[in-house]
Amino acid sequence: MTAIGEKGVQDPSVQIHAAEETPRGYGSMKRKEDARFVRGRGQYVDDVVLPGMLHGAVLRSPLAHARITSIDTSAAEAHPKVHAVITGATLEGLGLAWMPTLSQDTQAVLATDKVRFQGQEVAFVVADDRYAARDALALIDVEYEPLEPVIDAKRALEAGTPVIRTDKEGKTDNHIFDWESGDRSATDAVFAEAEAAEDQLVVVQDMIYPRVHPAPLETCGAIADMDPVTGKLTLWTTTQAPHAHRTLYALVAGLPEHKIRIISPDIGGGFGNKVGIYPGYVCAVVASIVTGVPVKWMEDRSENLMSTSFARDYHMRGEVAVTRDGRIRGVRVHVLADHGAFNATAQPTAFPAGFFGVFTGSYDLEAAHCAVTGVYTNKASGGVAYACSFRITEAVYLIERMVDVVAHDLGMDPAELRMRNLLRPEQFPYQSKTGWEYDSGDYPHTLQVALDKAGYQELRAEQADRRRRFADAQRSGAGPAGTAGEPVKLMGIGLSFFTEAVGAGPRRSMDILGLGMADGAELRVHPTGKAVLRVSCQSQGQGHETTFAQIVAQELGLSPDDIDVVHGDTDQTPFGLGTYGSRSTPVSGAATAMVARKVRERAKIVAAAMMEVSADDLEWDDGRWQVAGDPDASRSMADIAMAAHSNLELPEGVEGHLDATCVYNPPNLTYPCGAYICVVDVDPGTGAVDVRRFVAVDDCGMRINPMIVEGQVHGGLADGVGMALMQCIAFDLDGNCLGGSMMDYLLPTSLECPSWELGETVTPSPHHPIGAKGVGESATVGSPPAVVNAVIDALAPYDVRHADMPLTPAAVWCAAQGHPLRPDLGIT
Amino acid sequence: MQITVSVNGESHVRDVEPRLLLTHFLRDELRLTGTHWGCDTSNCGACVVRLDGVPVKSCTVLAVMADGAEVTTVEGLAHGRTDADLDPVQEGFMVCHGLQCGFCTPGMMLTSRALLDRDPAPSAATIREAISGQICRCTGYENIVRSVQWAAAKEAATRDAADADTDSSEALA
Repeated sequence: MTAIGEKGVQDPSVQIHAAEETPRGYGSMKRKEDARFVRGRGQYVDDVVLPGMLHGAVLRSPLAHARITSIDTSAAEAHPKVHAVITGATLEGLGLAWMPTLSQDTQAVLATDKVRFQGQEVAFVVADDRYAARDALALIDVEYEPLEPVIDAKRALEAGTPVIRTDKEGKTDNHIFDWESGDRSATDAVFAEAEAAEDQLVVVQDMIYPRVHPAPLETCGAIADMDPVTGKLTLWTTTQAPHAHRTLYALVAGLPEHKIRIISPDIGGGFGNKVGIYPGYVCAVVASIVTGVPVKWMEDRSENLMSTSFARDYHMRGEVAVTRDGRIRGVRVHVLADHGAFNATAQPTAFPAGFFGVFTGSYDLEAAHCAVTGVYTNKASGGVAYACSFRITEAVYLIERMVDVVAHDLGMDPAELRMRNLLRPEQFPYQSKTGWEYDSGDYPHTLQVALDKAGYQELRAEQADRRRRFADAQRSGAGPAGTAGEPVKLMGIGLSFFTEAVGAGPRRSMDILGLGMADGAELRVHPTGKAVLRVSCQSQGQGHETTFAQIVAQELGLSPDDIDVVHGDTDQTPFGLGTYGSRSTPVSGAATAMVARKVRERAKIVAAAMMEVSADDLEWDDGRWQVAGDPDASRSMADIAMAAHSNLELPEGVEGHLDATCVYNPPNLTYPCGAYICVVDVDPGTGAVDVRRFVAVDDCGMRINPMIVEGQVHGGLADGVGMALMQCIAFDLDGNCLGGSMMDYLLPTSLECPSWELGETVTPSPHHPIGAKGVGESATVGSPPAVVNAVIDALAPYDVRHADMPLTPAAVWCAAQGHPLRPDLGIT
Repeated sequence: MQITVSVNGESHVRDVEPRLLLTHFLRDELRLTGTHWGCDTSNCGACVVRLDGVPVKSCTVLAVMADGAEVTTVEGLAHGRTDADLDPVQEGFMVCHGLQCGFCTPGMMLTSRALLDRDPAPSAATIREAISGQICRCTGYENIVRSVQWAAAKEAATRDAADADTDSSEALA
């Protein structure tokens, strides 16, 4: 058993990688980008100052649902430092009052008819400085006629509920879409059998994955610089998808695409928050066109939390058909999806519920079916925006919570139940009952590694002892505080096993607004053997400048220090869809390996010419092209690069130089997996939860830079603790956002997070050029159910079967008293 | 109001609005953009600088309150431009992967530097306590703790080496 002493003190046996000497390829090395970050020389959007730049600020609605009867901007316009005030009416004249969303809906840029959520954009002020711009907001007089807000998603479709999207012709309700996946009749048949058979049962549980917000530390913003002479728009902006944004601005604003340059400099965290196009960006562009000078807009924290893309808000009913000896036969799910006032979720076109279809999880089922209904409410729009791998967070939470509910009802150990139902290694590639082809994995092995690492049996023994002491204390009348002043805390052990599906995606089936999800890469090797790689994906802290250089280094036998990675500027990089859904390494990383291999093949021809041998006689060995069987006859990439640029005679039809481009179209998604075990102590008197340990064994295939991979997992685990215990964007029934600042929207600090204990198994993706699977979101996806399962497990003496996130002290205490809270609404 | 503020050892005289926040003074007036802004409510600590040695959240300090004070920002941590000039805390963050997006990093490093100045060998729990008023959305904190421990170990080794030098020169004398 691994021993952890003082909280936060790491056991030395715990795996962790720190930077070593720079390897010639894969391995833990210092990140190239850190040299500027530790010196405070990163360049985030708000650090950029352009000559003559003005500042914008957005006036927002205080009401969730109201008709706008008038807007008087005259006092603001009279402010001596104000240059322009833009309203919905201004934009209407330009045809820009509404913009398309990433889900084929429309969204108001500045409200014209109604406001539809608290914090919605109503007007935009342009002034000399940021203080003056905000002063002027107070001078705008907006008259509202309040309307009844629709806050409870469960009421959105009821008769008589006000219609939110009156702007849509003929719209008479708040319904957005119905979507289903799997075989309904086969699933119903399995459930009918299970209900009828004495040796089987159907387990049902309702659960909410509440609305959360990714809250990157840097908020969203932009600087629009429309050159009135050349007609070229340069937009410095917080975007995870610069190329997609360029195309969208071209489509939205009618600007010629070659006259748009998107620069996404250093990004202070994204997590999905910076995928969409927000009204503030569009306003900054319009303001620059109107004023003829650059205009900067940076939102404040409340604007970020209240108006930009939220995540989750899934109201789910899970049903499992299972034999009494623990064989899971089928899963059936109904989801009510709250999409807010505009359907602006970011996901591939054919997937309105994202990849929720992966809800069958890691288990071998006979049948599965889900039905998802999307509805409008008077809340901010968004939906897929928080390291969720297109809603696999919701899917994994559903199935992993359900498995624990099944274990509870069967009186079976949740580890044993999982082990009995996990897919077996020989079943891969596995065709899931909802149409996904899982590429590879050895799930029982991964789970066993985690169980061993955690010391699972010893933990259960400790828990049994703790429960005996708790029961004794209860019997003796000492209550939860225990006897002799020694409180007996309840101990909980929670598991989750997740399968992710990342790296969107194959062009034939995945696109965003018609843009296929393939990524380009371009590689130039200079005459002296130094190289520049250009990629379309956009780091928000993932370390692409290092990892992608390492991929090239591994393929070409160069040092990563000799390779620069250019990204975040559409004028300098090839087209691609950007960084979200853990797709960078699976897609752009694959493009990088493939373009390097193209260069390597060209180098082979050049090396053959240099040594006057046939290229067929050469073999690639330790970073050099070598005559087979003759180690003395070889050429390094640097030698070859110089020769490729020289007057060396090359075979007919072979061009000189060592430059190449490629586009990578993934043949399938990649399927990382992992087994997580969380240990909590719960104070039954206060409901406070202390995460004592967290063991995470991830299988993300090939690890390019183990140190960076572990960092990605750490961050996701903190997210999971946050979502399970603290984070929630709730609303009161008037539509007031109750999570509009960091005072109310609680994010985990160093004190809520334990010292993470990581492990790994490695099952390379069989179809990815380097066997990598992506890891950015694995821990965010996989960890919330482990934490929740642990807390519910701790509450076993109170016979709690389920309670919804976030499991705040109040929520835990109420659940223990038999009165679970509804977290999404500010009522109890 | 006219104020005189020494920032990283350099004196600056400016006429500022009384309401100007210290973070905006540093960022907009002095163009020292290593100090970030993240929340408005003193929760995140992306704006932490040292005011007369004490870590403060510069989003809730007025620039006029820094009149006559010495401010240290991330730009003042290193002694020069080369890697050898980096503060051990900066080195530790690089070696132990204590940062990802880099946005919280300046504040985290300044708090860590202040901690090591008063407690050269802090326990992991002490480090967690010291940075608990700041938020990192990327690292899950573990590697920040390790980074600070790395810096503490390096400084201890440097001190030991200096002591050994002193001992040997005393022995020679």
